[in-house]
Amino acid sequence: MLRLLTRELRLAWVERSGGAIALIFFLIVVSLFPFAVGPQPQVLARIAAGVVWVAALLACLLSLERLFQPDAEDGTLEQLVTHGLSFEAIATAKIIAHWLTTALPLLLLTPLAAILLNAPAASWGLLAAGLALGTPALSAIGGVAAALTVGLRRGGILISLLVLPLAVPTLIFGVGLLDPLAGVAALKWLAATTLVALSVSPFAAAAGLRAALE
Amino acid sequence: MPDPESASPLTVTDLACRRGGRLVFAALSFRLAAGRALLVTGPNGAGKSSLLKLLAGLLAPAGGTLERPGHIAYLGHDNALKAVLSVEENLRFWAGLSGGAAVEDRLARALDVTGLAALADVPARLLSAGQKRRAGLARVLASGAPLWLLDEPTVGLDTASIDRLGPAFSAHLEGGGMIVATSHVPLPLGAPEQLAMGGR
Repeated sequence: MLRLLTRELRLAWVERSGGAIALIFFLIVVSLFPFAVGPQPQVLARIAAGVVWVAALLACLLSLERLFQPDAEDGTLEQLVTHGLSFEAIATAKIIAHWLTTALPLLLLTPLAAILLNAPAASWGLLAAGLALGTPALSAIGGVAAALTVGLRRGGILISLLVLPLAVPTLIFGVGLLDPLAGVAALKWLAATTLVALSVSPFAAAAGLRAALE
Repeated sequence: MPDPESASPLTVTDLACRRGGRLVFAALSFRLAAGRALLVTGPNGAGKSSLLKLLAGLLAPAGGTLERPGHIAYLGHDNALKAVLSVEENLRFWAGLSGGAAVEDRLARALDVTGLAALADVPARLLSAGQKRRAGLARVLASGAPLWLLDEPTVGLDTASIDRLGPAFSAHLEGGGMIVATSHVPLPLGAPEQLAMGGR
């Protein structure tokens, strides 16, 4: 599994245009909001956390369609199985790779997004902490959706329809972290949501991959 | 080459295959001893590829039993090459996953037999269809697995490349390995056992 993860990271580095697109998309979505809601600093500061979260969620969706699809098409998935890897191990390695190559770079760009939206400097830490804790759930849920839609045409759209509703709890608790009244409780709920997603997703994604080989 | 002791023979008993609700074949039985090759023939849709996928563990049998060595090498219709990685990087990953001793030796010999040694550093996307197929075969040659499952291994290969496979195949068989192959064209397998599958 470690070999697979290493190779996924190597592939992501060689094909880094894919990861760069998600980052650029993230920054563009964030920078659209001042145009849409007007440049009043108070308004932007008020909505900053929500905007960053929604933009990060959408950016995470972009690379999901290519998570398993190329491997299913070029025979890599078959080979991984005949080389003795379990579907669960494949799914886990892919989900970790997705987080490292998509969510982690987004996380590093969060301060820039926060500046663009005039978010109060005091909130940056909580925003980043929330994303760090919540994005693994997005990768996990996304991995399940990507595995279930392998082999379907227009799978990308279906992935969005599957992931967005399931990501609502993560979104609520992630943003809730910045609410002084809900802080600690939101943190616990966010962590719980992520743990549930992480523990269920390898098995659910494995079932999807198994069906894809039929 | 594999150790003959570890190559438990291949035994298939009353095997049935169902795909998409359709019975592809049923009551298929055969045995293959160590050091032997089996050529599976039959018209399109007879279930040759499905049989190989069953043997590879990619499909679950609808009935019957199947005994085979734990370590196999499977060449399907796709060559499992990543376009942006070099031929060698592609093959090294799979050889590493296969494990075993002397990965580097196996890799070098496989590149040599398939005539890809000079192209080892070339990204796989630049290979021709025949060269990609040779890279797929090189993956099998470098696997060190006792049982090779080859689905139309020579698609896109020129006759010279096919001829070069002959010695590699016989070395594998002489070392106690087994080969199950499907093909519509003759393969350099010596005198393989034959399995004719009927269409439905």
